[in-house]
Amino acid sequence: MKNISGSKGSKGALAYFAVIISGLMLAGCGGTKQSHESKLVIATSGSDTMVNLAQMWAEAYLQVNSNVIIEVAGGGTSVGIRDLSQGVVTIANASREMEASEIEQIKQKTGKTPVEFIVAYDALAVYANKNNPVDTLALSDLAGIYAEDGQIDKWSLLGINMQALGANDEIVRVSRQNSSGTYAYFREKVLLKKDFKMGSNDMSGSKDVVELVGKTVGAIGYSGMGYHTDAVKFVKIAGQKGEPGFEPSIENVTTKKYPLARSLLMFTLGEPDPATKAYIDWILSPAGQEIVKQTGYIPANAVTK
Amino acid sequence: MKKTLKIISKMVRSLSERTIVSLIYLCGVSSIIFVFSIFFFVFREGAPFLRDCFNFKDFFMSPEWFPTSVANKRYGILAPLAGTLSVTLIAMLIAVPFSLGTAIFIAEFCGKKTRETVKIVVELLAAIPSVVWGFIGLMVMNPLIVRFTGAPIGLNALNAGIIVGLMSVPIITSIAEDAIRAVPDTYIEAAEALGATRWQTIYKVILPAAKNGLLAAVLLGVGRAIGETMATLMATGHSINIPFTNVFPYFHPLDSVRTLTATIAAEMGEAPRLAPDLAGNFPPEARHYQALFVIGILLFIITFIINITADLIVKGIKQKKT
Repeated sequence: MKNISGSKGSKGALAYFAVIISGLMLAGCGGTKQSHESKLVIATSGSDTMVNLAQMWAEAYLQVNSNVIIEVAGGGTSVGIRDLSQGVVTIANASREMEASEIEQIKQKTGKTPVEFIVAYDALAVYANKNNPVDTLALSDLAGIYAEDGQIDKWSLLGINMQALGANDEIVRVSRQNSSGTYAYFREKVLLKKDFKMGSNDMSGSKDVVELVGKTVGAIGYSGMGYHTDAVKFVKIAGQKGEPGFEPSIENVTTKKYPLARSLLMFTLGEPDPATKAYIDWILSPAGQEIVKQTGYIPANAVTK
Repeated sequence: MKKTLKIISKMVRSLSERTIVSLIYLCGVSSIIFVFSIFFFVFREGAPFLRDCFNFKDFFMSPEWFPTSVANKRYGILAPLAGTLSVTLIAMLIAVPFSLGTAIFIAEFCGKKTRETVKIVVELLAAIPSVVWGFIGLMVMNPLIVRFTGAPIGLNALNAGIIVGLMSVPIITSIAEDAIRAVPDTYIEAAEALGATRWQTIYKVILPAAKNGLLAAVLLGVGRAIGETMATLMATGHSINIPFTNVFPYFHPLDSVRTLTATIAAEMGEAPRLAPDLAGNFPPEARHYQALFVIGILLFIITFIINITADLIVKGIKQKKT
């Protein structure tokens, strides 16, 4: 007799538990549905370099078409591409081209081919602290600083006297985490696919790189040109040693003098649906491209392919 | 009629009693289920790496961590292992004297009112979120360390060690205080009767009597320091670098380092979780994610061992007392 009532008791408890939990879940669902009921949500994620830009577009687009909400998330180019392949987002922001293996995976997973839109251009800027007297570095100097077999680890090897500033002679290399699109771009264009030298300070965001360089006199770092602040300065980049260097600017990128320019891309799965298409068309329109200029990037139509 | 009512009310009471008892039982068992399912999940994700490309020497003895390299992917965790070790070492050098001092003060020296105040403040220290600690490391300690030591960068093992040390003070203090208070009063009375001064009593009687509990407190502090993620991610400089060399002074706390936990936190988000092909072989890009989970397994084992040891030591004291 005791045993039976015992088992009833625990069953009752479980049922009670289930009711509470299902009640909570129902309440949760109702809440989220209501807020988005009449509006269309386009989710985007990806490149950390593009987060500010994508956010500005999303906010401005609300004025153009208030029925569409654009959700923006960062995380890095690889995350965006992964989200796209899993159907979590409609648009993936990317600061590098998609790799052949990634395209293949998306084709296998979804049966669709990713479609690429060039929405802006960015110059990958090399930053130094504003007190650092460094002016121009050649791509080979950068490789010497950053690459695995590079020999440049002191500012004095570049002819720069840090002691005059009361700072340490050591070059503090600020880099990005190893899955970032910016990291991959730098590795491809500057290190020519060789690996980075170990011991760099690997930041998780484009903005963190610039902030750390701004606070550290002996630091050098690379990040999007839109992240420039008063605490840092652009290092002029020369294609070859001895050639003149160029600052990242709209003019130098459009005339192709600046060697580290790249396209900022958006990817969709197959041809985009009408609402997404309208959004991308608006981004490529003069209104959308004006925002590109405001955030410090270079409009897509400025560069002749 | 009255009798049946009484029986019904008794049944209802016993039913509600049992409901609550079984609910509590469920809660109690749930933590065991959680721990085991977490371990199972972490192990499952890391298992393919352990099976296909795990090599003890390359994994533990090499500092070369290039999981996304184009030409030559390498998975060596010696550098983050050394980083975790260095941060924990500095943290304990700072936390242990501070916490033991505080614990002795709270347990033996101060009055009731001061004790309550100090305890509340120490517990407040534990309530500060780790991201705030990291922010202090980034914004306050970074320029201070550069100014006072001339280091090229203030985000380094010393910075993170100080931050994590302060973070582990509350846990060490509260357990150490319990251990000191658990020393029987008769010991202290006997010492005082023999004419020992207060310092002699503490040094020769209380600390030796409480040593197991103090050891457990320090071990739990070590566990806390090893597991800390956000603050170390922000304050260490996150750099693959071994701060130990064979030239004097052997240990360089002003080097930027990277911890095991921070490596997982920084890279897990973007490491792709890929499925194997039909033959069961994983693409090379899938290994990064799996290797991070192997680091997770390692951390799990380390903290597990530390906690179990601390637990056994504490249990040892209790058995002795009864």
